[in-house]
Order: sequence, then C-alpha cells, then structure tokens
Amino acid sequence: MHILVNGSSREIRAADLSAALEELGYGGAVVATAVNGEFVAAVARPTARLSDGDRIEVLAPMQGG
Amino acid sequence: MLQLYDAQLRSRLLLGTARYPSPTILTEAVKASGAEIVTVSLRRESGGERAGQGFWSIIRDLGVRILPNTAGCHSVKEAVTTAHMGREVFGTSWVKLEVIGEDETLQPDVFGLVEAARILCQEGFEVFPYTTEDLIVTERLLEAGCRVLMPWGSPIGSGRGLNNLFGLKALRARFPEVPLVLDAGIGVPSHAAQALELGFDAVLINTAVSQARDPAAMAAAFAQAVAAGRAAYEAGPMEPRDLAVPSTPVIGKAFLG
Repeated sequence: MHILVNGSSREIRAADLSAALEELGYGGAVVATAVNGEFVAAVARPTARLSDGDRIEVLAPMQGG
Repeated sequence: MLQLYDAQLRSRLLLGTARYPSPTILTEAVKASGAEIVTVSLRRESGGERAGQGFWSIIRDLGVRILPNTAGCHSVKEAVTTAHMGREVFGTSWVKLEVIGEDETLQPDVFGLVEAARILCQEGFEVFPYTTEDLIVTERLLEAGCRVLMPWGSPIGSGRGLNNLFGLKALRARFPEVPLVLDAGIGVPSHAAQALELGFDAVLINTAVSQARDPAAMAAAFAQAVAAGRAAYEAGPMEPRDLAVPSTPVIGKAFLG
C-alpha cells in the first residue's frame, strides 16, 4: 500500500503501524507516532490498521530550546 | 531551593539543547551550567539515519530532568498532539507549551496558548506555558491549571534582554507566589542577573550559550550571574532615586574654604 511517512511517499507491505515501523527501519527506536494528525500511543500501534494514503509521522528526540 | 511543580531544584538556570557546535560541546555546556533541567524537542526521524536516537542517548546520560517543548506548533491541535508524543517518548508529564502566533517575532498566540493549556492541564500534564507579560493572559493560564509560567524577555534568539521592564515588574508584583521562569531573548549574563534581581525565580537560556564562541565558558558565566542575581534579590536591593545622596557623611566635614 502507498502511504506518506514524514512527508515522503513510501510503498509498504505491512498492514498495521507496528509492522510498518519495523519495515521502515525504526525497529527498537525511541519514537512517537501519529497517523493522519492523531497521536497513536506505542501500545496501540499493533492494532492501528493502516489504509492506502495514510499520513504517518514518526518523531524522535531532538535538540530544542 | 526552587520548586517547579513537585521538583525541588538547586539551580535556577534551565538550559536549551539546540544549536550547539557539537554534541560534545553541548554536554560540556550543560555540565558547566549546573542546570538540572534541559529542554528538548521532537522532530521527524529518518528510519535510516536515526539521528534522534544518538541525541537521546547523550541527553539521558546527563542525568538531568527533561522539559519537552512544543516548539514550532502554530495551532492548539498541533501543540496538544506534540505534547502527547513528548510525554510518551520522554516519560514526563512536563511540557513547555509553545503555540506560536507569528513567525517574525515568534510571539506566542496567547489565545491558543490558554486553550491548549486548559486541555493539557485537564489531561494531567504539568504545563510550563511560554507566554508574554500580559497580566490577564497570566490569570487565564493560572485558571487553566498552570502552576509555573514562562514569560518572554524578548523574542526567541534575539539576545535583546528584558524588553519590557515595566511589564515584567508588574507581572512579578501581581503574582508574587507563582514561579516565573524568564524564557527567551536573554543575550548575556547581565540580562539573566537582572531577571533574578527583579525576583524572577529562574531563567531559561539557549542561544546565548550555544552560539557563544566558547559555550561551556559562557554556561559557567551564566551560572554565576544567576547565582549573583538571586543573592542580590534575597539581600533586598536599594530603591533607585533621581537625585544624588552623599554616601560620605556631611556632618563633621572640615571648613577649608
């Protein structure tokens, strides 16, 4: 299926958010996620089903003031 | 001791982690500052580079408290969602709440700020709102449940110091019991000392340290300024006056004319 990950177009086989993160190279990483602008907690990722055209945001700790 | 929510802190200097020349210099600056709280952010992570993972490892090793921000958020929804993401990643209910209203000055959108603060306080966050010196906005933020405020000195990164002394003094006088952390715009240690002398409880510094020629040395200078400013406040500064008052006694002066 075709999705947007952090604004970039990606083709994935995974059907849920947890599997998608593994497939996209985020396995084991400390990240927070949102799908279509809504926060998805880590515990909810395995049951968060993805659909064609979904917008996924994957955020990590970064420098800030 | 400084109390911010349930935390008891010795240092009145909070340090931002952005714009340092290198991770090593960031680490040196945090240590030199004596800061017990550092601010951090969340940004998009690449599955290949995973840059954020290395940064997070460095910050965790510092052993300081983390204050995640919502920098760059322009709407209530963005800020609230970012706060939720920060709470999960950083494992803290603290959030430095920024809702930016205008890009030139990065002035807070105080209407959105109050709305977002109300939502987050109800959801159990301990909110540090980045706000202006406006007294009525401050009242609304306190009504929303904020127990610490972060009024600006001047625009973020400008280094202009305390732009509106009258307004900041009025804020301090109107809310004497509320911890006030002066945030944004401090350029040199004397600005920080001035904030503490006025009775502000702490300051948050970022650019003034990270963009100094020697950030660790500047962090140490800020630590001294903050300590001096606080000591002066506790000692009770004299009131300024318009006319001279001789400090040497006039009585007993010889007549030599």
